[in-house]
Amino acid sequence: MNRRALLLAPFAATVVAGAGFWTVLGRMKQGTFDPHEVPSQLIGKRVPGFTLPGLTGAEGFGSADIAAAGRPVLVNFFASWCVPCVIEHPELMALSRAGLPIWGVAYKDAPDAAQTFITKHGDPYARLAQDRPGQVAIDWGVYGVPESYLIDAGGTVRWRQAGPITHDVAETQLRPLLRSLS
Amino acid sequence: MIRLLAVLLLLATPAHAISDPAEMLPNPVQEQRAEAVGRQLRCLVCQNESIEDSNAELARDLRRLVRVQISGGATDEAATAWVVARYGDFVRLRPPFNAETALLWGSPVLAVGLGLGAVALSRRRRVAGPAPLSEAEAARLHELTGR
Repeated sequence: MNRRALLLAPFAATVVAGAGFWTVLGRMKQGTFDPHEVPSQLIGKRVPGFTLPGLTGAEGFGSADIAAAGRPVLVNFFASWCVPCVIEHPELMALSRAGLPIWGVAYKDAPDAAQTFITKHGDPYARLAQDRPGQVAIDWGVYGVPESYLIDAGGTVRWRQAGPITHDVAETQLRPLLRSLS
Repeated sequence: MIRLLAVLLLLATPAHAISDPAEMLPNPVQEQRAEAVGRQLRCLVCQNESIEDSNAELARDLRRLVRVQISGGATDEAATAWVVARYGDFVRLRPPFNAETALLWGSPVLAVGLGLGAVALSRRRRVAGPAPLSEAEAARLHELTGR
């Protein structure tokens, strides 16, 4: 090995590392990479067995209902105390209008607060349950709200979004997946 | 004074988020095991704290559930596996060795290997020493020194 190559090696290493960081930062900025994201363990599996009560007197739902739905269902964990949920809400309304059944779970929320949230921002939910102790959410691997899971007609979890379903996420991920499922 | 302070600092144990004694298991052996398990589990909200150290609500729930597992007769491994089944290997503060983490665990060996390689390379060059003088150089040297 000659001297010049040895001299250039640190520069080459710096350039390679720099290019790597640049790519990672770019993807973080774009939103296609989030180092804090915890990958879901449910993808490709059936949802864990559960039954949850309804929000206010209404009927809740459980894993059996999801399996019996016979079409893709989006299960959305939300809370009235969660700010990103407000940001996400218009997109849920749009998806619901487009015909996607969204089943809501009010996570660690007072029932009347959750009801007020829906009255104020609109109701995209075909069915509505509540998980006040947050126990079922832990079985799903939920670690924050909002969090959404797309379950296909066969009852298998196909997609998970931790954080709000923004317009961008809906257009680039959810809607194409729904088209491929139907 | 400084010595006393140093001793006091050494004696201080890290503060744990369990402030409510009601959270603790009545059986001290089980409680100790639950704490040991919890210290190896990542709080998913704060991510760089263990669930034993975190004040996040999810961490409190997970602390409680680990204690439910332990008091229900689960081994430490089973209690850890219960949480890992829900949140994946990411929840473990000490990741297991597998295909995904091979580079992570292998990096110290890799670094030592590279270092040893560099040392061997430079040593071989030094042992080789300078090249013997050419005929012209030897003549010039003789001319200068007269020897």
